[in-house]
Amino acid sequence: MIKIFKKIKPICGIIPIVLFLAIWEMAVRLNLFPEQFFVPSFSTVVSEFYYLTANGVLGENFLSSLIRVLIGFSSGSIAGFAIGILMGWQDVINKALSPIISLIYPIPALGWLPLLMLWIGINEMLPITIIFICSFFPLLYNTVTGIKNVDKNYIRAAKTLGASNIRILTTVVIPLALPNIFTGLRLEAGMAWRVIIAAEMVAIPTGIGALMMKAESLIRIDIIIVCLMVLSLMCLSFEKFFAYLERKVTAKWK
Amino acid sequence: MPFIEIKRVNNYILKDVNLDVLDRELLVLVGPNGAGKTTLLNVVAGLTDYEGEVFFDGKKIDKLPTNKREIGFQFQDLALFPHLKVESNISYGLLAQGYSPKVVKDRINEVLNLFNIQHIRERYPSNLSGGEKQKVALARAIAPFSKILLMDEPMSNLDPQTSKYLRKELRSILKKLEITIIYVTHNLLEAEEMADRIAYIHNGQIEQIGLPEEFIFNPGTENISKFIGMPNILDCEYCDKFFPGFARVSIKNLQLILPYEGNGRIKKIAIFPQDIYLSSIKPPGPNINRFKGIITEILDFESFSWVKVDVGGNILVAELSRDAIHEMNFKEGKEVFGIIKLRSLRYAEKS
Repeated sequence: MIKIFKKIKPICGIIPIVLFLAIWEMAVRLNLFPEQFFVPSFSTVVSEFYYLTANGVLGENFLSSLIRVLIGFSSGSIAGFAIGILMGWQDVINKALSPIISLIYPIPALGWLPLLMLWIGINEMLPITIIFICSFFPLLYNTVTGIKNVDKNYIRAAKTLGASNIRILTTVVIPLALPNIFTGLRLEAGMAWRVIIAAEMVAIPTGIGALMMKAESLIRIDIIIVCLMVLSLMCLSFEKFFAYLERKVTAKWK
Repeated sequence: MPFIEIKRVNNYILKDVNLDVLDRELLVLVGPNGAGKTTLLNVVAGLTDYEGEVFFDGKKIDKLPTNKREIGFQFQDLALFPHLKVESNISYGLLAQGYSPKVVKDRINEVLNLFNIQHIRERYPSNLSGGEKQKVALARAIAPFSKILLMDEPMSNLDPQTSKYLRKELRSILKKLEITIIYVTHNLLEAEEMADRIAYIHNGQIEQIGLPEEFIFNPGTENISKFIGMPNILDCEYCDKFFPGFARVSIKNLQLILPYEGNGRIKKIAIFPQDIYLSSIKPPGPNINRFKGIITEILDFESFSWVKVDVGGNILVAELSRDAIHEMNFKEGKEVFGIIKLRSLRYAEKS
């Protein structure tokens, strides 16, 4: 019994998914769902996925979303990291900027949408700006926290060894703050994809969010489910990527 | 001329501290927790604010920032950089101070060999034992050719066995370095084993500076007496060499044997209360360092008691737990037997 359990342990995570898909397929084929809740079968969703990929629709929209996420995420992260270092390292800057950041941070990224629609207009910059905002603040806070949480004894040790402040910041403080910074990146990465969908739903002609809105107006639930699966996959992939990066950088010494 | 001079230093803990440390001396700073030992090290290192003056080799250094003072500092929690391997930890100071790659490489090898830790150069601190971490921290502190080394309770994180083993090796290495060292500890035994001289600090003030035996046989204040454990000090009437490496002393009706390598004569013996074992029955074994006496007084404290025993005219104070006294039914007037631990006896020689 134990030997059987040991053999199936590696695939334990896949079994529930396979079971869920099988139940979904059987439930639809046996007409178990009421008519008004049209639920396509899993096989229908798969064939729609193939069709959308083959005709380039899914690829084109996915690429639009991906480019917006990458631009917004990377620019927001870099800005959050840079200002986070300044605020974490220099108390004066932290005291000067903390009040204003505390006022702006609680506003959800999507809350900026109406204002940005008027200021920027409905174009490529709108979703990119939303993702910039949703990426900036978490990384700012995690960087500040990471830097402030570095044990002061490491800084004192580096001083006694003759290191300048810049050297201490770059060779001791930032490396030791990396675990916090990576946590920020992992949290943002998934959030960026969740936010882009909502931003694209507002009259942006291309992107996964836009595709979902078009499918909704045509009552194409199978296409909506395909888009949701792509979204889920991308959130997971980005989070796993940063988790891998964190392990690669910090696992040996943590 | 002293290499480190501390003059009239005051801050939130230290009160008018004056201290001279001689060139290449290993001065041990002892005192209870909160006395100001670490604060004094921080003053020398420039890590805390203070009023007063500090001189290194005759030069006033109060205005110099920490990273310009050219000191090595081994912190109590070692503060090894966790993200750097042993070799990178050791080379950190050399690189920060701008030494050439060749000098850095040669110095790292020299220091690794000195501490016999070449085999761990590629490891991260998380993969080191307590003793190895301690050596790496010390290696890092001295690698940049520091002329002054400050050590803050370096043995505090080690178990007693490792600490005891490392102390001997450490003193030998430290004396080889030929640099001026201030070493902080709250452990008197450690201070005795490491020090050229000891300075006792209490409530931010230096109360006594002198050789280790001066503290035991001539404590300057009651604070020092209490700190060292109020040993029984006995005048020797007779002393001779008993066996190679041992001497025999007579103190009225008490005969003691103790390790002794000197050529002089022993004048006084110090026996700490916790190094005397008492029993209501005669202990087995040879009649060496054993006695019989009568309990004259029992003084109770919070978790232990002092038992005063009259041993043929000598009054010895032994420290026992309150449970032990209760179990053995010790009371005034009762006859007891005692054993004195051989290797914990201290002596002062006739000059």
